[in-house]
Amino acid sequence: MNPAPTTLREDLRLIAELVPEGARVLDLGCGTGDLLAWLQQHRQVNGYGLEIDHDKITACIDRGVNVIERNIDEDLSEFDTDSFDLVVMTETLQAVRQPARVLDEMLRIAPEGIVTFPNFGHWRCRLHLATRGRMPVANHLPHSWYDTPNIHLCTFADFEALCAERGLRITRRLVVDANYRPNNVINRWSNLFGSIAIYGLARAAAPGRSS
Amino acid sequence: MTALPSDSVGIVVPQHVAFDSPLSLTCGAVLDRHELVYETYGTLNAERSNAVLVCHALSGHHHAAGYHHESDRKPGWWETCIGPGKPMDTNRFFIVSLNNLGGCHGSTGPGSVNPETGQVFGPDFPAITVRDWVRSQVMLADHLGIEQWAAVVGGSLGGMQALQWSIDFPERVRHVVAIACAPRLSAQNIAFNEIARQAIYSDPCFHGGRYAEHGVAPTQGLMLARMVGHVTYQSDDGLREKFGREVASGDLEFARDVQFQVESYLHYQGRSFSQRFDANTYLLMTRALDYFDPAQEYGDDLAAAFARSQASYLLVSFTTDWRFSSERSRELVDALVRARRNVSHADIDAPYGHDAFLLPIARYMDVFGAYMDRVGSEASA
Repeated sequence: MNPAPTTLREDLRLIAELVPEGARVLDLGCGTGDLLAWLQQHRQVNGYGLEIDHDKITACIDRGVNVIERNIDEDLSEFDTDSFDLVVMTETLQAVRQPARVLDEMLRIAPEGIVTFPNFGHWRCRLHLATRGRMPVANHLPHSWYDTPNIHLCTFADFEALCAERGLRITRRLVVDANYRPNNVINRWSNLFGSIAIYGLARAAAPGRSS
Repeated sequence: MTALPSDSVGIVVPQHVAFDSPLSLTCGAVLDRHELVYETYGTLNAERSNAVLVCHALSGHHHAAGYHHESDRKPGWWETCIGPGKPMDTNRFFIVSLNNLGGCHGSTGPGSVNPETGQVFGPDFPAITVRDWVRSQVMLADHLGIEQWAAVVGGSLGGMQALQWSIDFPERVRHVVAIACAPRLSAQNIAFNEIARQAIYSDPCFHGGRYAEHGVAPTQGLMLARMVGHVTYQSDDGLREKFGREVASGDLEFARDVQFQVESYLHYQGRSFSQRFDANTYLLMTRALDYFDPAQEYGDDLAAAFARSQASYLLVSFTTDWRFSSERSRELVDALVRARRNVSHADIDAPYGHDAFLLPIARYMDVFGAYMDRVGSEASA
């Protein structure tokens, strides 16, 4: 049995800090269950992960993380509206077939969501495309275009535009480098220098009401 | 010297227990006394925290693992999963496997003598439900001094018993493993069971279930019933892979007396089953399967049925199982999530239909093993 990790990957640690004690958490694309294992142990959450990778599912079961074999693109409708406190999706948005629909579903299932994804607007990507005319391959985007699971890459600006269009409120944004560290340059010009962003999302306040 | 495989529990001896306290059944009848036959594998630890109950499916019995004699050709029915180093590891767990009430392998059933009449029960044996089985299994747990099962495990109808345990006796089950299971049967599923029952009823030797008094048995009907069942427990691809259109005998070119391989296979399966199984028990068990519906008394709200449960759950389904499809396991998952129970679900890609739960499929063994490993760590913590 693998215990919960004592040190959490930096982005997951940043997310974990946002999760209240005892919350009900759904993790879309939970991987080997690092985040949920940590949250179970340190935050006493009631958490479930969705995953389709066989080995990762077994890893979750092995460490006592609730894991459900289910495709995010197909099977979120079975989760009741407001049945969770928080839905998390780390570095999975770019791999789903219908990102906009998944975001809508996240914010239907829970009032709050956390989404992280790699930035296709990073200056290396831009330079790569501009100078070589080829699809970028970088540290945080290591796949060739023809065999990448990342079928819906976007920039931070693209994502924020989508949120505005779908009526999703961005409650916080943390932009980090490829090693999940923030710095001043990134904070200033995040869509150019940020590698990964962690977004907190909520439903837009109903018209005529303030929150 | 024994030639038995080293990953087998080896020679096992069935045990009997008689309960003299009355058992009230769902149908209203009361059994004043009943007997169960069971086997155990592994050793109960001092804390009595490592006991696992194995519940059998429609045609199962107490002999789940090991061999009765050194010359036995076949081991118990779940040998793939029970034994040293296997998912239900006998080095860690004390495993109990019984023949259910109403069975025909040594537990009190339609073939037993009714103490009130001195005659064999036959069709007069009361209807039994999954809930009744669980109650009688509770008496067995008490007899063995097991306050709480580390896990209750079963496939198909066995999985239904495991679920029922967690609903009716929440404080006595830590984990439920329900494999190729469903929260209740679909109309199609009940329909297949009814065809099987009609096959038995229509056998001239059935005599309204009193065939024992006539010194005969409805083997032809039972054989037909099993053939129908057997086909539905397999997948189209599985049968194609195993038999294709291979001919066993006859002349295909002249379309004369042809028997396809799949036919002779079915005949063999049906015939051998009809020789070792009792028709009244088959009727009773298919009825229990049809009646199972734990959500019914909770206004058809399955999540409400699990509200009092304290167990954690592992559900396993198989992609080509069309009698207990993956979708049915997903229904269970959704209800358990709503009920805030711990639950994991793996959907195993295998071409063997419902019967896959008896087979050593690599990913299935990994998932099952990983889960039981965790159950075992808790039991010894």
